[in-house]
Amino acid sequence: MSERLSVAKTYKLYVGGAFPRSESGRSYLVRDAKGGFLANAAQASRKDVREAVVAARKAFGGWSRATAYNRGQVLYRVAELLEGRREQFMAEVAASEGVPAKRVQSIVDGAIDRWVWYAGWTDKIATVLGASNPVAGPYFSFSVPEPTGVVGVLAPQASSLLGLVSVVAPAIATGNAAVVVASQDRPLPAITLSEVLATSDVPGGVVNILTGRTAELAPWLASHADVNALDLAGAPESMTAELERTAANTVKRVLRARPTEPDWTPVPDISRLRAFLETKTVWHPMGV
Amino acid sequence: MNSDVNPVWEYAPAPENRDIANLKPSYRMYLDGEFVEGGGEPLKTVNPATEEVLAEVSTAAPSDVDRAVKAARRAHERVWGRMPGAERAKYIYRIARMIAERSRELAVLESMDNGKPIKESRDVDVPTASAHFFYHAGWADKLAYAGLGPDPRPLGVAGQVIPWNFPLLMAAWKLAPALACGNTVVLKPAETTPLTALVLAEIIQQADLPPGVVNILPGAGDVGAELTNHAGVDKVAFTGSTEVGKLIQRSLAGSGKKLTLELGGKAANVVFDDAPLDQAVEGIVNGIFFNQGHVCCAGSRLLVQESVADELLEKLHARVSTLRIGDPLDKNTDVGAINSREQLNKITELVSSGEAEGATRWTSPCPLPDKGFFFAPTVFAGVSQAMRIAREEIFGPVLSVLTFRTPDEAVAKANNTPYGLSAGIWTDKGSRILWMANKLRAGVVWANTFNRFDPTAPFGGYQESGFGREGGRTGLEAYLDV
Repeated sequence: MSERLSVAKTYKLYVGGAFPRSESGRSYLVRDAKGGFLANAAQASRKDVREAVVAARKAFGGWSRATAYNRGQVLYRVAELLEGRREQFMAEVAASEGVPAKRVQSIVDGAIDRWVWYAGWTDKIATVLGASNPVAGPYFSFSVPEPTGVVGVLAPQASSLLGLVSVVAPAIATGNAAVVVASQDRPLPAITLSEVLATSDVPGGVVNILTGRTAELAPWLASHADVNALDLAGAPESMTAELERTAANTVKRVLRARPTEPDWTPVPDISRLRAFLETKTVWHPMGV
Repeated sequence: MNSDVNPVWEYAPAPENRDIANLKPSYRMYLDGEFVEGGGEPLKTVNPATEEVLAEVSTAAPSDVDRAVKAARRAHERVWGRMPGAERAKYIYRIARMIAERSRELAVLESMDNGKPIKESRDVDVPTASAHFFYHAGWADKLAYAGLGPDPRPLGVAGQVIPWNFPLLMAAWKLAPALACGNTVVLKPAETTPLTALVLAEIIQQADLPPGVVNILPGAGDVGAELTNHAGVDKVAFTGSTEVGKLIQRSLAGSGKKLTLELGGKAANVVFDDAPLDQAVEGIVNGIFFNQGHVCCAGSRLLVQESVADELLEKLHARVSTLRIGDPLDKNTDVGAINSREQLNKITELVSSGEAEGATRWTSPCPLPDKGFFFAPTVFAGVSQAMRIAREEIFGPVLSVLTFRTPDEAVAKANNTPYGLSAGIWTDKGSRILWMANKLRAGVVWANTFNRFDPTAPFGGYQESGFGREGGRTGLEAYLDV
């Protein structure tokens, strides 16, 4: 029996629930940690960014108004599907990050558990951050957190799966839609994650994942008037000031990053959930 | 006809005594616990109702800003940042009480410097300012319960820049949470309304706050830029126009400073056909003519359901015709003076654009004083969404009226703006209120009421109306390292 030749995967973008190639027709070489050939990934362009923003805006209405219980179940189902693809993610993370087997296992387990952690937050965050306001007058006043809108996410460059999940899950848990630029040199786990999202119940457009040059794509996200917030987690340090300046033109909320990528392993706090939430205060008179 | 049956009762003048303001010929800036001359060119602050110069006020030079920031840093490191919260609280409670004690003086001074009617400065600005200090004082030793972690820390030195529409109240909104959270402050009041902030400085001195904890530096935009760009400032808070807010956000890029912005708005006030119309008219009037419309959250776009538009407009004209425009110190005045000639020119220009673009202008026939900066309440009908008066913040007593047929159309029109500060809903149907409140992309939604403010209720915008909140537990986040 002759040895079978495996079928290699074509890695594409994930926009609006579909898997297009870049409209630019470009791709770029992705190498493993040792420098060997891994794949040709799609190299997204400005137009791909804009189409992803359109898809995200379209998805935002339905996702932000889905019940918190529903969003929790959807996020939990992502964890279920990830669990089923554990081996595949371990292989891709190992190839991308070049970490030992034991570490790879804890990274993938950590990523799965992070989805579960954020899934549980969807229907609790309003209780924790919202309030009934004891105003000095005959009014019923309450404040609720609401999603900011479309969030541009520059995913961490080093941690290709756990880092990615740690920034995407909190953004969408609260009802935002995201346009994510994957780790430039380690994009494969992000694309495989998009296959998981496509077959889970996350509506198309809620998460859009672009691969390509972060430095090329980030300015278009920062300047786009229909992007409400920007997460600089994986921004090249030399660009952050300019990205912030650009974001100011439309008063975007900007989540800054520390100069060195954090260790994503510890259980996070709720600051990433808070970062892309607005507070809405409603007043109504009381009387008969 | 016998005219005795319906006699017309004229209002007699009821002016507040201007001596109560204790107006001084000159005011100095407050730096490191002392009132000192600033190195900048002194400014003359004008009573917009009479165009007379009220006082000369010293302004800060760049070296003064530097001294103030350093004084604030010292005060933060040596005293305020390490003081037990319970002690900080007592200082802030003192400020609240002393504002209340001097409330009449502050109200009269505010009306003279700003032009707002005395009934508003007396009943809204000053008591709410005192309430803000009182509320936040209590947080100073309870920050661990704010849901922002077990031991939230202050940021350090806050640089704060405030507008001229609510001079004392905005100072309170900025200072109270900053101080409660353990920060020290350098605050710049607006160029045209520096007086009440400097009386507040006197109160802060009398309350015995350690030198440097609060510094108040009058001046124009250049002083604000100097302050917000100073390397020794850890946190910047700004309330003002979206245009300047964007400049500040740009200039702070890459600095690592924490920033909160409370910017402009173009709020929709949505009236459904089942709304109690007389009540709605009162709310509409309050929404746009309160404080001469110099309110970032003013209900400047009235969206009326088509079936009641004519009836509502008729009632609105009748009601607005009764508003009394004039001397801000008269207790019967409803609409006072426009704060400056510059602002009056801006309003006049935008109103002309409304006429030029084809909207139907109606202006109250009320008499206006011969001198001072005044603008008669104006309502534009037949406004389309593309007109400048429907898109741009006028910041004056000018209302643009648009119509809608369905709730979905109302939502789409209300949200059709880059702003998102506030919105109003008028309807008798509870479920519709909650449905609308949920869909409106705005930070504050008033249902069957408008322009209500309270220190316990977070206030702030979506989108280009800014970010961060003031008031409530949510507002503390802006001044803590979390």
